[in-house]
Amino acid sequence: MSTLVLLTLTGLGLGALYFLIASGLSLIFGLMDVLNFAHGALVTAGAYAAWRLTGHLPFAVAIAAAIATGAALAALIETVLIRPLYSRPKDQILVTVGLGLALPALVQGIWGADARQLQAPKQLAGTVSLLGARVPTDRFVLIAAAIVVLAALKLFLSRTRYGLVVRAGVEDRAMVTALGIDVRKAFTLVFAIGGALAGLAGALGGVYFGSVSPDQGTSLLVFGFVVVVIGGMGRTDGVALAAAAVGLIQQFTNYYAASGLGDFAAVAILAVVLLARGNRDGVRRLIRRAA
Amino acid sequence: MKRHVKNLIPVAVLAVLLSLPYSTLRIPGVFDGAVNTPGSLQLLALCLLFAGLAIGYDLLFGRLGLMSFGHALYVALGAYSAELAMKNLHLPLVLAALLATAIGAAVSTLLGAVSLKGVGKLGTENLGTVGFAMVTLAFAQAGSILVGRDPKTTGGEEGLPLSTEKVPAAFVGVVNTVNLYWLALAYLVLVCAVVWWLTDSRVGRAWQAIRDNERRAEVLGLNPFRYQLGAFVLAGTLGAVGGVVHLLVTAGATPETTTTDFTLALLVMVVLGGSGTRWGPVLGGVLYTLLDHRLGAVATSDSVAGLPAVLRVPLSQPLVLLGVLFVLVVYAVPGGLAALPSRLRGRRPPTRPGLRGRGPRGQRGEQHRLGVVEGEAHGAHPDRVASEL
Repeated sequence: MSTLVLLTLTGLGLGALYFLIASGLSLIFGLMDVLNFAHGALVTAGAYAAWRLTGHLPFAVAIAAAIATGAALAALIETVLIRPLYSRPKDQILVTVGLGLALPALVQGIWGADARQLQAPKQLAGTVSLLGARVPTDRFVLIAAAIVVLAALKLFLSRTRYGLVVRAGVEDRAMVTALGIDVRKAFTLVFAIGGALAGLAGALGGVYFGSVSPDQGTSLLVFGFVVVVIGGMGRTDGVALAAAAVGLIQQFTNYYAASGLGDFAAVAILAVVLLARGNRDGVRRLIRRAA
Repeated sequence: MKRHVKNLIPVAVLAVLLSLPYSTLRIPGVFDGAVNTPGSLQLLALCLLFAGLAIGYDLLFGRLGLMSFGHALYVALGAYSAELAMKNLHLPLVLAALLATAIGAAVSTLLGAVSLKGVGKLGTENLGTVGFAMVTLAFAQAGSILVGRDPKTTGGEEGLPLSTEKVPAAFVGVVNTVNLYWLALAYLVLVCAVVWWLTDSRVGRAWQAIRDNERRAEVLGLNPFRYQLGAFVLAGTLGAVGGVVHLLVTAGATPETTTTDFTLALLVMVVLGGSGTRWGPVLGGVLYTLLDHRLGAVATSDSVAGLPAVLRVPLSQPLVLLGVLFVLVVYAVPGGLAALPSRLRGRRPPTRPGLRGRGPRGQRGEQHRLGVVEGEAHGAHPDRVASEL
């Protein structure tokens, strides 16, 4: 029982991390059709910002700095590099690929290739006893952060004027522009929100893994992609569900099958979901027959 | 340019490449010694190998508009399965290479079908290009994880040294570097022959139709899935053969071939040289390999170590410079180096307004379906470039 609780909470914690990364990706893609390959670099940037400040300043400040770093970098990338290429969608992706290569290498050039230990504050470093399991506190922090982000995103999208513009832009960008609304502001905003979430994911990921390294963001990004594809582009709820599912399956497979098999399981689920979607009618028939 | 002159270009290039191992020319700044020294020949062999790999990658990216982020998987499959077949199954090189090629073909058929089929249906949900990119990346990452997590079989981070006793003596040792050069050249010629021939054939025209507008091609009676899968399998198989060559040229299977960075390097080569063109990927592959090598040498040199940190840090990381260069190329030289001559002559390549606009959802959805990157909206038309050359 205690193992089950621990695995579930750890899996959900990992899923929360994936959600933070994937929700930004999905939002950006939904609105702008840009696959942001530099998203992993933003995660890394956030992680290193948090790592630099922990120990010197309160941890909350380090987290805030990570969020600010991610948001500022993303806004900069969007306005300087992505915006001039609106008529060349493929090149937008290529530019983010270039950044995704250069930024982690730059981080590696400055702080070295080795993983750096991130000393989480005492409140986060301990464990909490729950149903006989000793669960590390940071899992709860991650899950809470993901829930807060999910709620905030939903409120932002459904209750604010900018959220309305974003939702309308996802639906039909040309029409929104025709109505005289400057969608470009929404683009920058969405990019910055995605960057902020990536920065938060970097900082919390550093706590979760206990260290930061230059390619951490990029390897997390892969699972962000898996989650986005399974959950659906531009669908916040779907992404949240998929993130939780992938995190849980990864943890349980790692524990009950073999260590390292969890990452495989995540990719295998992706393949199954794709096949199932490719043969939606076939799957329906199969379900009907089984029922 | 007249047709017979155009046909002479490949012959001339091949003649130069065939004569290089006999040349004692010194090119300071590019090669450390004369061209025919083992060090230079090794680098040249890598250049030709990557040119071949880039052509294979461009088959997907430039010819069909499929943005695969998992091409490294097939190169790694070729290298690792050939080496493991020699080491564990005690097969001679030729059989191991054949086995590796077959594995590459089988895996690319399986994964290509899954990625294309699943994403194809997703196309209606606006996933298209990007979905295919993400899915291929995820599959390649699984391969990378497999290599990393099973060090007993794959050597983990160290990689596997070449089982030299199974390899013909002609490919072993520094004295025989020239044979590795011939091997890499043979690979490049093979890839060029296959890809160029297919591009000029009926199949190539079908590819182009599908790349430009998949829905239209479908209405015309073509089956896009079949053509896309065919190209994916061909690219994967050629990649696996390239992996075997990589194994021999670098004398081992290295985990670098499994990484996303390896695929991204191929992407950079293709974009740098000019995607969807005959010579673009060749040019890009050779240039990138030379640059990567030279920048690596610069990074560790004493003159860089003495620079202030602002200059030293970016210079010590070749990927920083290559990434920045890539962004600059995308901005300043759309269409890549191969499109440069026609651009310089002031003849801007024709743009296709239908593909350029970002119309309403419905229309865009059609163009975006199933990984079809909107045609070369900005770049040069491939045939035009070919005729310019």
